[in-house]
Amino acid sequence: MTVQSTDEAPPLPHVQRLFAVLADHRVLVSIVALALLPWLLPSKALAVNVLIYGVVVMGYNLLFGYTGLLSFGHAAFFGTGAYLAGIAIGRWGLPWFAAVPLAVACSTILGAVIGTISTRTRGIYFSMVTLALAQLVYYVALQASSFTGGENGLRGFTVDHINLLGVQLNFLDPLNKYYVLMAFAAVAIWVQSRILNSPFGAVIEAIRENEQRARACGYDVERCKLIVFMLSGAISAIGGCMSALHLSIVPLDILHYQTSGMIVMMVLLGGARSFFGPFIGAASFLILEDVVSLWTPHWQIVVGAIFVAFVLFLPKGIWGTFLDVLPIARERR
Amino acid sequence: MDLSLIIMQLFSGIALGAVLVITALGLTIVFGMLGVVNFAHGALFMIGAYAGLYLASLTGSFWWGLLLAPVLVGAFGMLIEFVLVRRLYGRSIDDPLLLTFGLSYILVEGVRIVFGSDGIPFPTPSQLVGVVDLGVGFFPKYRLFVIALVAVVLVVLWLMLEKTRVGLIVRAGARDPMIMRVLGVDIGKVWLAIFGLGVGLAALGGVLAGPMRSVNPEMGTLVLAEAFVVTVIGGLGSIVGAVVAGLMVGICISMVALFAPEMATIVMFALMAAVLLVRPQGLFGLKGRA
Repeated sequence: MTVQSTDEAPPLPHVQRLFAVLADHRVLVSIVALALLPWLLPSKALAVNVLIYGVVVMGYNLLFGYTGLLSFGHAAFFGTGAYLAGIAIGRWGLPWFAAVPLAVACSTILGAVIGTISTRTRGIYFSMVTLALAQLVYYVALQASSFTGGENGLRGFTVDHINLLGVQLNFLDPLNKYYVLMAFAAVAIWVQSRILNSPFGAVIEAIRENEQRARACGYDVERCKLIVFMLSGAISAIGGCMSALHLSIVPLDILHYQTSGMIVMMVLLGGARSFFGPFIGAASFLILEDVVSLWTPHWQIVVGAIFVAFVLFLPKGIWGTFLDVLPIARERR
Repeated sequence: MDLSLIIMQLFSGIALGAVLVITALGLTIVFGMLGVVNFAHGALFMIGAYAGLYLASLTGSFWWGLLLAPVLVGAFGMLIEFVLVRRLYGRSIDDPLLLTFGLSYILVEGVRIVFGSDGIPFPTPSQLVGVVDLGVGFFPKYRLFVIALVAVVLVVLWLMLEKTRVGLIVRAGARDPMIMRVLGVDIGKVWLAIFGLGVGLAALGGVLAGPMRSVNPEMGTLVLAEAFVVTVIGGLGSIVGAVVAGLMVGICISMVALFAPEMATIVMFALMAAVLLVRPQGLFGLKGRA
């Protein structure tokens, strides 16, 4: 499904072909790019963060970019994934490979609950309701302090080594940690690609483009929205589990509305509606934060201003604009 | 549990609700007219509180702060509409929302640079310190004043919207801006004024809340969520809805605080979820908009 560029500039056949190949093998391309990341970025810590936020933002993009539902409460899934993985390992003594699926499953159920309420509404209402319900999750985590550690965050679950088919991997070594977490990311990327390539993926894009028409075509729009809400929450929860394994603590801030906002900013910076956009957005946001915080503690004012400029002048984000400017085959959506 | 305690708590809830009403009203009027949800509303509420505090200390009187802060912050809101929001009319409905969200980052960080990150106490004006005995219990004077002032503002707003020519233009413009343009009304100016009014109401809410809450750069976050809950319950764009839902939420919060303090912040979200399950468009909202 390669869309031909309609620009008057002469097409570049070889570049066009290259991008078509990249789009066809987008899972492989993403994984290779991520595998090289620790050597491309100044620090391993930054690379791990790009990996984690990349997965969270990718899950969010399924909802926002592909289905057109602007949720402002995605921190609820990122945070719930992290909290449940931490609680399962630290309190219930589960091994990490059992804790992660459990956390993702529970986050999907949370997605069903929040999704049922919020997908009853449309447009701006939806944004407000998701924000309010995510704040509810935040206050529940704050109040249930005997379970979640309240304001101090969740502590006391360190995974220091991982048993991989009989081989003991030292999980505290940054590179080992990066590649183990990358395996989670690879699964998430593959799942996302499969969802988007499926008929269901086409239906959610149809809902984004014209909800009335999708309904007229006989699709159960409400149910599709609910399912995509749950899937999106599940993928973002994988990112949450990765964050918990990485940090060995879960700060309460992970559930805060600012985290939801950061996710929204990242996806817009990179380019919504595209497969590579979320990772590019997460990387640019985190690098920007790193660079700006070197010369001012008030990095948020710079990030906010850049974000406003993007909304005004580059609403398609870095990757979307790049694809528009070059007269090449559009990336497979 | 004796009756006077419950009555006093009810009264506190009304005072809290009054501030919510004023704040949510600003949000809902801007939405009703411009179709813009202002995500910087909480940040502008916070700036209103800081402006009130600063102006009060500059002039030595709370009353100047109360009078000037909404006017100045409202003018600042008009500047925001003129420079930023105006460019996005006619684009996707999400764009103004995202823009104002980015703006809230800039505003909060800007306040941190000027006033620091720590909270500042906002003293209650000396004339309003103390309590009044109303027969059933002792009520703080300041909260009585807040309720009275909000009631006056509501009446003035209602008279303005329902009984004046300007109000007629505003109501007609909300229904059909195109026709208003055809009739020769400069709808751009009306939108500018409405955005300024909405922001001014946020700032008024901020000044009034100052002595009841602590003043800090983050205070806008909870307020934004509260204002959203109130507008969603009442129905987006409905003024009556904002008033009813604001009081309902305020009373609900303080009544629950009496019996189960740890549930106080959570209850309003539960209330919102319950209303949405029955009426997705809110209590007084129009069906097409939900």
